[in-house]
Amino acid sequence: MTTASLDATSLLLLYGAMAVYAISFVSFAMDLARRSSTGSVDSRVAARVLATSSAAGATGARSGSTTTADRPERPRSVAPRPVASQRAPISLRVGLSLAVVGFALHLASTVLRGIAAARVPWANMYEFSMTGTLLIMGVFLLVLLARDLRFLGTFVTGLVLILLGISTVGFRVDVVPLPPALQSYWLVIHVFVAILATAFFALGFALSVVQLLQHSREAAAETAKSVRLRFLATLPDAVTLENLAYRLNIIGFIFWTFTLMAGAIWAERAWGRYWGWDTKEVWTFIIWVLYAGYIHARATRGWRGSRSAWLSIIGFSAVLFNFGVVNVFFKGLHAYSGL
Amino acid sequence: MSRLSESGQRDPARPDDYIDGRSDAAADDRSADDRSADDRITGPKLGAVEWLRWFWRQLTSMRTALFLLLLLAVAAIPGSLVPQRTSDPNGVAQYRVDNPDLFPVLDSLQAFDTYSSVWFSSIYLLLFLSLIGCVLPRTKHHLIALRSQPPRTPARLSRMAGFTTRPAPDTAGDATDVAPALEAGRALLAKSGYRTVLSDTSVSAERGYSRETGNLVFHIALIGILVAVGIGGGFGYSGQRVVVEGQAFVNTLSAYDSFNPGRFVDENELATYRIRLEELRVTYEEQNENAIGQPIDYTAEVSTDAAGESATADQIKVNEPLRIDGTDVFLLGNGYAPTITVRNPAGEVVFTDSVPFLPQDTNLTSIGVIKVPDGLDQQLGMIGFFYPTRATSDAGDFSAFPDLRDPVLSLNVYAGDLGLDEGVPRSVYELDTDDLTQLSGRNTDEGGIRLAPGETQELPDGLGTVSLDDVPRFASFDIHHDPTQGWVLFFSVLVLGGLLTSLFVPRRRMWLKAVPDAAGGMTFEYAALARGDDPALEAAVTDFADRHIAALDSGRGAAAATVTTAQPGPRERI
Repeated sequence: MTTASLDATSLLLLYGAMAVYAISFVSFAMDLARRSSTGSVDSRVAARVLATSSAAGATGARSGSTTTADRPERPRSVAPRPVASQRAPISLRVGLSLAVVGFALHLASTVLRGIAAARVPWANMYEFSMTGTLLIMGVFLLVLLARDLRFLGTFVTGLVLILLGISTVGFRVDVVPLPPALQSYWLVIHVFVAILATAFFALGFALSVVQLLQHSREAAAETAKSVRLRFLATLPDAVTLENLAYRLNIIGFIFWTFTLMAGAIWAERAWGRYWGWDTKEVWTFIIWVLYAGYIHARATRGWRGSRSAWLSIIGFSAVLFNFGVVNVFFKGLHAYSGL
Repeated sequence: MSRLSESGQRDPARPDDYIDGRSDAAADDRSADDRSADDRITGPKLGAVEWLRWFWRQLTSMRTALFLLLLLAVAAIPGSLVPQRTSDPNGVAQYRVDNPDLFPVLDSLQAFDTYSSVWFSSIYLLLFLSLIGCVLPRTKHHLIALRSQPPRTPARLSRMAGFTTRPAPDTAGDATDVAPALEAGRALLAKSGYRTVLSDTSVSAERGYSRETGNLVFHIALIGILVAVGIGGGFGYSGQRVVVEGQAFVNTLSAYDSFNPGRFVDENELATYRIRLEELRVTYEEQNENAIGQPIDYTAEVSTDAAGESATADQIKVNEPLRIDGTDVFLLGNGYAPTITVRNPAGEVVFTDSVPFLPQDTNLTSIGVIKVPDGLDQQLGMIGFFYPTRATSDAGDFSAFPDLRDPVLSLNVYAGDLGLDEGVPRSVYELDTDDLTQLSGRNTDEGGIRLAPGETQELPDGLGTVSLDDVPRFASFDIHHDPTQGWVLFFSVLVLGGLLTSLFVPRRRMWLKAVPDAAGGMTFEYAALARGDDPALEAAVTDFADRHIAALDSGRGAAAATVTTAQPGPRERI
């Protein structure tokens, strides 16, 4: 097949993946709605179950899940679900299955694009979005093997859909050869690790958002106020969410540190200096400092909990800004959006 | 989360508001309030020394470090919003033209030199001061901790994380003789990398000292980077030089088009070598219809001779700089340098040179300036437009492809005073036409002069002739010397290694305790304490308890015989 037809097939597969993700998104959303109705029976009872139910969470309701690792020693890692249902509800299973199918299509599409271009599929913004969303989904599915975070399905499929939508409409470019500055093995290393870091930050961000919601719900539950977003009662408590977010974010931070260093080494080879405060370098630095602040916040009295969650959210917003705005609108040496 | 008492557990060497994962958010908020209340009470009565001490404590506190970090992130933003002199000097000049009112205000705020500005520098210097103030006592404390034994087993283990009990298996001899069992537990822990201490009724163990080591290495390496960057800036230099095919460049100060030395660079002591540009080969995309004319490859064929050595052939490519004599030579730009010769009416050459033309677009439409001060009746200035592959539209000529397919040079000719005799520096790339009379050009009666390679045409007013002899390419080289960049890399690797260790090596204390139970037998209690984030803590306790009991079950008699005389264990490896 020619480059053009390979690329066309890749695009077709990507549209297919987006369609499947869309149904998966709906299914995950229905699951949240279901959780809300279950939670409405007595959300405070559910909350109490949540707080004390290491045994129930560990033994009940988990048999139907293939993605939950069997780790009774870590009861907090399991989102307690109503003890009555022995299998995971159908909406959740459909959502997850479709997410996996969508991921397979997405992966095929990305690989085809790489074959069409005869290089790694992350040399311009379209390809970066494609691989980036692929990795967000991939890391999500991978993390599911260790932790039941299926409640994030709505968020993850939603985010991936939006990003893919924007990139196919706004960033789509035909396959063109690499400019000399990008012809380096550092393109493979530096950019891939950056994308990987982004994927981890994205999940950390999602958990921090849920953590904040959960935090306010818990505060409201203490004062016996009525509670909106009742599905939260079926999710892990805020402290558990915070710890999960922290673990994902520190993995992201390691990758980001490596991105920064690999970028500096490459910049030295390509541009003759390892650091020159180019706009993209500045923002990469800002993100690094923000997440360094986040990690420090976790060790600073008075900054745990909601405040550090906000830092995680700000950090990921900066990541999105760095990708979406700095690439397109700021002048700098990283002018590889292909637009 | 386990809610553990913090009293007595706090590291004296840590900042007062440091927590390492042993308490939850609510407790933190409370103690933070307590602390600020303390500050208020003691505040007004301080003497000079106390003030200094208070200030130092504030500076080295976690909250200050966090605040400075976030401030640093915010302070870095302006540098990405407006062009910077260091990375984009032309952008700064353009900004001045576009925003004449705003420019002086921003300039006085050093917005165009953000990263060397007073305010940015003070933030990161304070941050590093805070860092040093934090790292020094911690290093001292950690060095002591590395040489000391784990602390004694707490009285009540039931308050610790992962508290687990197991009944002691039946032993052959006295049920209350727990020493062999404890020693077995100690040995297990020691094998897992714990440093252990055995007492009559318990084992206390600690592992993961490298977590703190990694943390300290990370922070000290950051200081190392800062110092190395600072020194490198003082002793390094960078310069730019345009070299036309067939010409050579000698690494001396006078040969540079521009030169930025560090503060301590002796400009007469540059490494001496010569680089001759034999050929600059450029490949353009010709097949892919989406990218016709996109450059695929730049290769500069050069010959170099360092001091006292014979010339060697080398290549410089984008992403493949030439490392020579402690400096790095990068290929960063290219263009055309038409060779132009001007003769007077008598046919004598008054000017001949390959003049680098500045590329204006991706198809290398280029503009250059030729100044002929002597040899003709009048001083002559010419603005040249060069089209590698000329095409024409309603708006005029343009270049349709960057390679030399149908090259044409179009010249606008001016006569008058070039202003070269007043001693004012003039850019070779600009021609000030205010005091000049235009003799020929697109807008004049004469029309412009157009030349293909090899052609000669008459200058207006019978001044003489001008010819385009050849069109060689030029390469723009950046020459860098940075004596400390290897150190920066070294410290960066330490940063990454320290980070990995400090985030992923769990530091934990583990205890095993034998207590008599109501039935006259013994019960083993197991518990642990995390120092820092430790997701696997409770699993580790259960795992240890299981292994301990299993070891006791399997090796009952034999183990007892060999270890009854065991004394408190020697220190284990870290």
